[in-house]
Amino acid sequence: MESQSVLNHSVLKGILAEVNEVSNEDIRDEIVSDIYTKSKSLCKKVVSQQHSAMYRSDKLDEIFTSRIWGFPIMLIMLGAIFYITIAGANVPSDMIASLFGYLEGKLTILFETMHAPEWLHGILVLGLFRGTGWVISVMLPPMAIFFPIFALLENYGYLPRVAFNMDRLFKRAGGHGKQSLTMAMGFGCNAAAILSTRIIESPRERMLAILTNNFVPCNGRWPTLILLASLFMVTGFSGATGTLVTAGILIGFVMLGVVVTLSVSWILSKTALKGVPTHYTLELPPFRKPKFWNTILRASLDKAWYVLKRAVIVAAPASILTWVFANIYVGDTSILMHFVNFLDPFGQALGMDGFIMAAFILGLPANEIVIPILIMAYLSQGAMLEIEDLSKLKQVFIDQGWTWLTALNMMLFSLLHFPCGTTLVNIYKETKSPKWTFMSFLIPTVIAIGVTWLTATVARAFGWV
Amino acid sequence: MRVNRIALAGNPNTGKSTLFNTLTGLKQHTGNWPGKTVVHAEGSFEHKGEQYILVDLPGTYSLFSNSADEEVARDYIIFDQPDATIVVLDATSLERNLNLALQVLEMTNNVIICINLIDEAEKKGIRIDEKRLARELGVPVVKISARNKKGINRLLDTLSQLVKGQIVTTPYRMKYSKEIEEAITKVESKLEGYFDEKYPSRWVALRLLDGDEELILKLQNHKNNKQHEVRTNGVPVSVKS
Repeated sequence: MESQSVLNHSVLKGILAEVNEVSNEDIRDEIVSDIYTKSKSLCKKVVSQQHSAMYRSDKLDEIFTSRIWGFPIMLIMLGAIFYITIAGANVPSDMIASLFGYLEGKLTILFETMHAPEWLHGILVLGLFRGTGWVISVMLPPMAIFFPIFALLENYGYLPRVAFNMDRLFKRAGGHGKQSLTMAMGFGCNAAAILSTRIIESPRERMLAILTNNFVPCNGRWPTLILLASLFMVTGFSGATGTLVTAGILIGFVMLGVVVTLSVSWILSKTALKGVPTHYTLELPPFRKPKFWNTILRASLDKAWYVLKRAVIVAAPASILTWVFANIYVGDTSILMHFVNFLDPFGQALGMDGFIMAAFILGLPANEIVIPILIMAYLSQGAMLEIEDLSKLKQVFIDQGWTWLTALNMMLFSLLHFPCGTTLVNIYKETKSPKWTFMSFLIPTVIAIGVTWLTATVARAFGWV
Repeated sequence: MRVNRIALAGNPNTGKSTLFNTLTGLKQHTGNWPGKTVVHAEGSFEHKGEQYILVDLPGTYSLFSNSADEEVARDYIIFDQPDATIVVLDATSLERNLNLALQVLEMTNNVIICINLIDEAEKKGIRIDEKRLARELGVPVVKISARNKKGINRLLDTLSQLVKGQIVTTPYRMKYSKEIEEAITKVESKLEGYFDEKYPSRWVALRLLDGDEELILKLQNHKNNKQHEVRTNGVPVSVKS
């Protein structure tokens, strides 16, 4: 520093006082308007427009963001993505499953010829290999289809249109229109979306966006929703109709997530976070043709591979641990069952069971691992199912006493429950407030418990299950 | 060897991240929607034996520090003083994009204006006279298409000439009304000696007139603090400076 003199607020005020005839509220407006004028005159000099027809982008926007067609188109697009995902994932899933089943047989023979001890075969083949095999076969195909299509849509520039359509709803709920943008980002990853709330200037509206971001399903939860919906939600239909109904149910879940987001925003903006929404301009970027193969490749490699890698990295040791815990007995019950039994009454009250509760709790670090943990835990229970096809997996669930209600409530719980560990860490980093971080854990959890309890109670009272 | 630090500034969704990926070969996820980059990303590359570190700043419409992302971008240019700042403009909406460029030109001398999406603009029949713009703004102007890797070499050559001092810029400084100009001159002389000379005193004076006292105090304290916390509208955000 050149000078040792100390500058503080009063010195600054003194300096400003001398020139305060111009330092008034209007100065910002004057600066901004001068800059705008200059930009305009520069453009007049250097830009020449040859023909000013209405661009393709504008024409498309008339349709995509129209008051009548905006929402139906959104739902149809979403439905189409789900349909392609479900219809396309079945066959490769079965193929991968039977490949793993075949390899498992070979491995068992190898272990037998080596005279490997029974427990080693148990841990490595029946625990690690079989568990990981199931996870890959149920998770990889849907992700390898869903993520690239979603990425294509994102790169075409459709997501800002979604935000544009939702904008009015968010304002009515007392939030900032940009909250619809951060929500759209949450479909990819909630943890990243928390960082993206920085685009919202007002702290009140930003907090609303942070607290409600978790109500849209992220990459880690799509596989859970897609898998359970396709296994359990349609029983009376088959073939294309079945796929269509499944896609419809998934749309329903997304819409439920949006409704909960809006309701929670509305309630909070009337209570703990009172205020009037500020206005803003949402810029619609032009539609751009993405680099098709580049996008597909990057989405498959980056996203699908990344999610799968996370799942497998956790699933592999988890499968060994689960196998060990399921085979070490304290008294006449295994350690795993002690934990599960402890959670079971609570899980049953919510229409689920102790295993599912345990999977959600152990899955706190990342939502990707909830389904893997659950499958591991079920597989470790006596009847070990060889990997053959997806209907076998459904049988595993049914043998554990699953009904459509179990699947429905697990999907609801997955959609509404507490954010993953990474998201919570980001919320703390962004808000620097233990109170609001805790609230962002508490609000979804209470809603998830409330909704699943209600569904279970109603379904049971009417004798539907 | 000297490593040149280059900042990428620009409005949201002008293809900064695409350019960043093209130059650094990094696979930062790009997306066609505003607000993709809220925290800055860093990557490095080499051109004609020179080493560069490229910093992708959050896309913003202005640098008045209305929000946390604007503050991140502004603070990087002011406090970290990159060797060059590339302002990426969208050729299809140049007028709105120039607002940010004019603000950056108030803050630093070493600026390259990079007009991106030039092929998209040409399809729409938009012609831009970049030589004229360069004369008006007093800094190099390069037209590129980051997506199709057009003009990248010209951009890199210009960049290397700029950091080696082979190009001398005379950046256009905004001129305001007589009252504001007089006030700026007054405040500028009063503030003399309070700050390191490396900060643009005219811009600092203007910020003070605009009521941004927090920035002024931050400027003075900056030397002592490596890591500090910024409060924007009461919401604290940790910013690396």
